[in-house]
Amino acid sequence: MSLRVPSQMRWFLIGLARWTWFGFLVTAAFGYLVSGIATSNPNRLSKNANHSQTERFHHDDDFHETVQRINQLRQQHLALHDLSSAPAADWLTVCRRMSLALVGCGVSLEEIRALETLPVEHRASAHLENLLDDSRFHTYWAKRLERQWVGVDEDPFLVFRRRRFRSWLQQAIANHWRYDRMVEALITAKGLWTDQPEVNFLTVTFGSNNNQPDPIRLAARTSRAFLGLRIDCLQCHDDFLGNMSFQNDDGDGFRSGQQSDFHQLAAFFTAAQNSGLQGVGDSKVDYRYQYLDSDSAEPVFAEVPYQRDLLPRGGSARKRLADWITHPENHQAAIAAVNHVWALMLGQPIGDEVDQLPMDQTHPQWLHVLADDFVDHGFDLRRLIRVIATSQCFRVDSRADFEITTDHEKHLAVFPLVRLRPEQIAGSLIQAARVKRVDNTSSLWLQLQKFNSENEFVRRYGDLGEDEFSAGTITIPQRLLMMNGKLVAESLEDNPIANTRSHLAMFSASDERVVQLAYQCVLNRLPTQTELDRFEDVLCNTSDRKQSIEDLMWVLINSSEFAWNH
Amino acid sequence: MMEKQMNGTTNVSTVCDSATHFHRRTLLGWSAGGCMMSMIAKRLALADQLGGADAKLPRNVILLWLEGGPSQLETFDPHPDRAIGGDTKAIHTSLRGTQLSSMLPQVAQQMHLCSLVRSVTGDEGEHRRAQYHTRTGFRPAQALKHPSIGSILCSQDQQRTDIPRHVSILAGDAPSRGGYLGAAFDAFQVGDPASPVADLRSRVDDSRMNRRTNEWLSVVETEFARGRLAKLETQRTLHLSATERAMRMMSSDQVSAFDVSDEPKAVQEAFGNSAFGRGCIAASRLIQAGTRCVEVTLSGWDSHVANHSLHQSLCQVLDPALSSLLVRLQDRDLLDSTLVVCAGEFGRTPQINPAEGRDHWPHGFSVLMAGCEMRRGFVFGQTSPTPKLDPAKPLADVADPVTVEDIHATILTALRIDHEFEVETPSGRPIKRSEGKVIHKLLDV
Repeated sequence: MSLRVPSQMRWFLIGLARWTWFGFLVTAAFGYLVSGIATSNPNRLSKNANHSQTERFHHDDDFHETVQRINQLRQQHLALHDLSSAPAADWLTVCRRMSLALVGCGVSLEEIRALETLPVEHRASAHLENLLDDSRFHTYWAKRLERQWVGVDEDPFLVFRRRRFRSWLQQAIANHWRYDRMVEALITAKGLWTDQPEVNFLTVTFGSNNNQPDPIRLAARTSRAFLGLRIDCLQCHDDFLGNMSFQNDDGDGFRSGQQSDFHQLAAFFTAAQNSGLQGVGDSKVDYRYQYLDSDSAEPVFAEVPYQRDLLPRGGSARKRLADWITHPENHQAAIAAVNHVWALMLGQPIGDEVDQLPMDQTHPQWLHVLADDFVDHGFDLRRLIRVIATSQCFRVDSRADFEITTDHEKHLAVFPLVRLRPEQIAGSLIQAARVKRVDNTSSLWLQLQKFNSENEFVRRYGDLGEDEFSAGTITIPQRLLMMNGKLVAESLEDNPIANTRSHLAMFSASDERVVQLAYQCVLNRLPTQTELDRFEDVLCNTSDRKQSIEDLMWVLINSSEFAWNH
Repeated sequence: MMEKQMNGTTNVSTVCDSATHFHRRTLLGWSAGGCMMSMIAKRLALADQLGGADAKLPRNVILLWLEGGPSQLETFDPHPDRAIGGDTKAIHTSLRGTQLSSMLPQVAQQMHLCSLVRSVTGDEGEHRRAQYHTRTGFRPAQALKHPSIGSILCSQDQQRTDIPRHVSILAGDAPSRGGYLGAAFDAFQVGDPASPVADLRSRVDDSRMNRRTNEWLSVVETEFARGRLAKLETQRTLHLSATERAMRMMSSDQVSAFDVSDEPKAVQEAFGNSAFGRGCIAASRLIQAGTRCVEVTLSGWDSHVANHSLHQSLCQVLDPALSSLLVRLQDRDLLDSTLVVCAGEFGRTPQINPAEGRDHWPHGFSVLMAGCEMRRGFVFGQTSPTPKLDPAKPLADVADPVTVEDIHATILTALRIDHEFEVETPSGRPIKRSEGKVIHKLLDV
């Protein structure tokens, strides 16, 4: 006897199943949007829990020797200037510096908790390895390198595709491209800017040269970004102020820069020609220029300003230039690359400017050691970052039990206090408002919100453009934005799903815990006893606990400690 | 002593005719030139010439920034009934012999107040680069970021106000920056004055804000300062002082200068009842309140397509706002101390393209100026009504060409700032405030 279901009941069950399925889909989609259940890698934070990679580097004698050498040089340098060193910073302070440098925000509470499962001595190194594998690192450093290599302007319209260029850089970093390979790809780029993203290095200059690569701008860019030399003044005249000198061809002594040095470098880029639908291709060097004090324009041949013996004789002009810049013996180019990475790690370059390391001036010895190590190990950006981040220069505390002077900061006896850049403030603010790490596995809603909020915040805070390492002073609009701005308000509003402030109010076991967690989320440290006593007392005696937690977080976000790397 | 003439023009009243008498300024200038004295002497003479009876008044600038590059042919330099003129007609102005586009009838009635330069040439044909060039007087260079005129003016000013001294209303792509003078001289950006200034109003009540800033913040700051630089606040972060200044601005009466809602309806209508018009009202209020430079942006002039109709609609916004601003400043005796500059990054091509648009053209465009020592009722330079347009000689079609740099040198001089003074940049490089030459004919001396 077969079981027969009445047709009405059957339709009811089918309808129920459909609606249940539909409800499940809606709930899943909502959950995905708001809470990021789509975490792709459940072990993302415990990847280095066994700190195997850390151990590998700690047992790499070569790596260890380089770090030791840098530390010794720093000690000698301090002794020479009769300065004492501050002690080593605590692990969480070092981790904050790493996060700010590599992903542009502070450490999330989620990351702190994962690191706390490791022995104290391994936490900073494990955090470093986590960050280097993090897609946020690829994105963030692509944006930083992009600023140095193509500037910040959106023009020229159509022929310059910033997003494609950034995406290409992001992929190159993610795929562990050697630095010299990236540089060569930019200088020798061929094809259409839409098809070959690296061509945008050239097309960004089209606007000032009638839809052709502008050799003048490319020479200035190349010199600053890849050689660490600001030779712009030589475009118009010989150096008469002693600002720009080049090493003599015999390697002994220096000579003053000449106008021809600039234009001979520019001549390499006259070989890049845009031919419409086929994009940029190679042709012969064809450059004429009328020098100051000259009666007429004259042909200018392609030549490099120093170490001319390293320039290959054969091959296309741009390939020869790329080979010269990336030649292992071109030490100036290597220290320029190291200085940029150094500036991104510590927030300020060696020397006054990130793209100005005069050849006739002396630089700290550790810069040369880092450059040699960089070249000897295949222009590996990650290794360079690891060496810097492991050295005492990076790990020393920013406070001491002796009186700190500007000399201590200048000579790295202490970690220098450096103002955070606008994108670091925005990133830290967005991260502080969330307990979990904000990354590409976060909910789509949160990622979209982060993208919009960050761009808007940086625009209003004042984007520093290419001069992002210039030390500026705080401005009134910046303070107003932090005190009354939309992003801060959104970060502190009562949002039980997303915001730290609501989580603290709902789930913290005690007032003491609220204060501790607020400090860890915002400032990446525990409160001092004075701070704990004060704010615990406030929370204990408040009539509106939620409001007081909001006020506490507002104060932490508006403190100078939040806005400075230390 | 000023007197208003029947036709509305304002001239300096003199006891004797300057054309037939030597006076101190002329004599000093002649002696400097005649004796082949140094350039310093000439500059001193010029400074003296510009130092009139109101020498103690601080100088201000209002920049009406026409972003996108307005067509000179549809605004200040029409060539009606010519091949290059398009459909644009010209009308007579209050300045005899000078015509403007028929799209600017109200501005035409105030031309007796203005100096118009019709022969400005630049080297940049791309928006961002040309904007930088026109705003700073220098072509973009990676090595150095130059300050805008407003930033230079504010850096010379020792007066303190609760509100920012450099303001950008309706900031477009590239609001004025402090460049090597520092971010402290960047323009403070605000939107349409119909809305409150963003971030100026606290989101919590006064008692909460006081508790946050006066009681709690110091707890965190004290702990942060422990073991660091001895004078962390005063020599490094300036955090608390900036916070205190921000608080002062939030509660200042001067902030009402941003709010144009209390202006009579008739005034708002006279300015065109547009965001740009309200920006112009706010600009004059801010100048009165102590702000030294206000820029008001009107975007959308990039007319590669349908140039004529686009300019028609934008001029309907510009015309009442610019003319009413000039009248208001004049009526309130602010025009003697306030320079109004109306310009964009470049002009547009004499040729009309197949899409009935005009493309970028830096080889002969117009800049309108009024106020301070700028000569009133004067036109300088001209463009050819029948240009040959030889690409090898772009300036052949321009009479008395001047450069963007020259305009800057002239503006700085009108503001009594020594344009040749060498400033030392943060990297130690000496650089002149302007590399241009003063267009003396534009100055009322």
